[in-house]
Amino acid sequence: MAIEIPRIPLGQWIEGGLDWLTSEYSLITRGISRVTQTGIGGLNEALMWLPEWGLLAIMAALCWKVANLRLAIGAVAGLLLIWNMGLWEPMIETLTLVVIATFVAVVFALPVGIAAALSERLYRGIMPVLDFMQTMPAFVYLIPAIPFFGIGSVSAIFATVIFSMPPAIRFTTLGIRQVPVELIEAADAYGATRGQKLFKVQLPLSLPTVMAGINQTIMLALSMVVIAAMIGADGLGSEVWRAIQRLRPGDGFEAGIAVVILAMLLDRITQSLRKQRKSG
Amino acid sequence: MSDNRNVKIRVRNLSKVFGNQPKKALELRDQGLKRPEILDKTGQTLGLSNINFDVHEGELLVIMGLSGSGKSTLIRCLNRLIEPSEGEIVIDGENIPELSEKALLECRRRHFSMVFQNFALFPHRTVQQNTEFGLEVRGIDKVERERVARESLKQVGLDGWEDAYPNQLSGGMQQRVGLARALANDASVLLMDEAFSALDPLIRGDMQQELLALQHKMQKTTVFITHDLDEALTIGDRIVLLKDGEVVQIGTPEEILTKPADDYVRRFIEGVDKSRILTAESAMRKVRSTVRDSDGPRTALRKMREHSLDSIYITDRDRHLIGLIEAEAASQALEQGKDKVTDAMTLDFRSVGPAEPLHNLFAMFHDNSFPIAVVDDSKRLLGVVVKGAVLDELAQAAETPQTTEEATVPAGDE
Repeated sequence: MAIEIPRIPLGQWIEGGLDWLTSEYSLITRGISRVTQTGIGGLNEALMWLPEWGLLAIMAALCWKVANLRLAIGAVAGLLLIWNMGLWEPMIETLTLVVIATFVAVVFALPVGIAAALSERLYRGIMPVLDFMQTMPAFVYLIPAIPFFGIGSVSAIFATVIFSMPPAIRFTTLGIRQVPVELIEAADAYGATRGQKLFKVQLPLSLPTVMAGINQTIMLALSMVVIAAMIGADGLGSEVWRAIQRLRPGDGFEAGIAVVILAMLLDRITQSLRKQRKSG
Repeated sequence: MSDNRNVKIRVRNLSKVFGNQPKKALELRDQGLKRPEILDKTGQTLGLSNINFDVHEGELLVIMGLSGSGKSTLIRCLNRLIEPSEGEIVIDGENIPELSEKALLECRRRHFSMVFQNFALFPHRTVQQNTEFGLEVRGIDKVERERVARESLKQVGLDGWEDAYPNQLSGGMQQRVGLARALANDASVLLMDEAFSALDPLIRGDMQQELLALQHKMQKTTVFITHDLDEALTIGDRIVLLKDGEVVQIGTPEEILTKPADDYVRRFIEGVDKSRILTAESAMRKVRSTVRDSDGPRTALRKMREHSLDSIYITDRDRHLIGLIEAEAASQALEQGKDKVTDAMTLDFRSVGPAEPLHNLFAMFHDNSFPIAVVDDSKRLLGVVVKGAVLDELAQAAETPQTTEEATVPAGDE
């Protein structure tokens, strides 16, 4: 006779919890939804209001300023290709989502990262949570996002923020923890308060590491924003999604290449920013 | 000398246990157990045990010991970068271990400036901003702290480098910034944690001399940590010798060298105690001036004045040593109308042969402070040895064996 082990209804519990959260906090989620929607709409419109060559010029100038002429030329070439493929508008939509998701992620990540660096207990508590957030397949976040925020860009932002936040927290914590002990001692020896120590010594010295974390967050956000097309986020991801559904590999690759170009641009710009600070 | 000065910091029964059961470790210590046994039994490390000493106002106190002796722990207990497990550290009436967090900040700001072994300069701040750090933390306004920082940078010879970043400077210069940062703060005590140990020997020697000059000028109470006996002997007014977290001996450099408290100290100073092979000749310097036995007191006085001496040796025409005349005796002789220096001379001085071991000379300086005459077999005057030269020579000998050049003697002493 087979022993029957009752199946643990883990999925049901989670669902129950989510349902409860959705109904209980619908006011908050609706509020968040409205604010985010407004943010996305505003930024998107602003970027679309700029003529293509205007944004091209701004990007080129930015690349030149933070890096070099080569990157500026590369940026112009890449963006021209996207324009030429007729993917300008989806690219702007994707960029908007990435910028907003990164902004939100960093706003949450910095204080959490700082707190985890300063408190051993919080550090031990938060590291497994971060591991969980990073290893959970990215798609899974899409599901609870829908009952919270409905289909569309806000859900995409929600899932993206959760998925892309861990590196920013980790790197902030790491950056502050790796400030040499003797510099902390020096600050203490001269009678610096905790706040003075943080703002005059720990944060400035961890800035390059924090920037590396933000760079990672941007990259993760970009990859997630593309995946979020599955729950109705606009942008390059939905171009790819459509190409899959219609079995048109050409279109799919074109949109994919646009993602790669955008990724490279964002990566190089943030990395140059970081190096600039370092050599400051 | 320093004993009649005011006590600036009083350290009593200071102990430090590294670990989570300090009480237990201290109990075992009180039962007479030593560091290794306590570590075996409890897993606690007895870093410092029952330390007692005073730091006098304006003195340069060296705390010396090998690695593991607890000297870094000790200096960090003074400003509570490390929390002491028991004991008192009293500075100007405040018992530091009992201070609240807020009072501790205030105490650190007012009383302690610190210079670190590896400089501990802030890499993201310029030399000027580094120097301003202590003042900035205290909330001194910008104009004032810029002025003070500039001044102390000037003091350490770094004017013109204000806008450089630490990584653009050599090690020696970086430590000058460290020193300037400490001086700018104008705290009442300067803590120097192996401040010169990371510098190469030549630069280190320079920095020691500069510290001595600064200390002489500013009379700043200084606690200086080192593992280097030569350094301790060169710069210390007094030395506290630590071993395994306990004080082995406290004394002036002379006392440490001449009256080692136990075998450990004796072995320790063996490295430096080249006095067994060093002789009077090595510490001797040429006589700046002598008078002839036929000269009058007026000549003697003039020569002493010219060479800023307090006393002068008298020789005959073949430079045989006859006696010594003091400035005071010479001027009395002049008033009394005596016309020979020999009438006012004293024989109360010491003379030794050039082969006399240096350590014998220490004791001779006990009775009087006249320079010791070095004479050859036929009593001809070869040179003199002044008190400071003996120590200098010992310190140097430890670094460069068998120096026979003239000892460097600061002009105008004795």
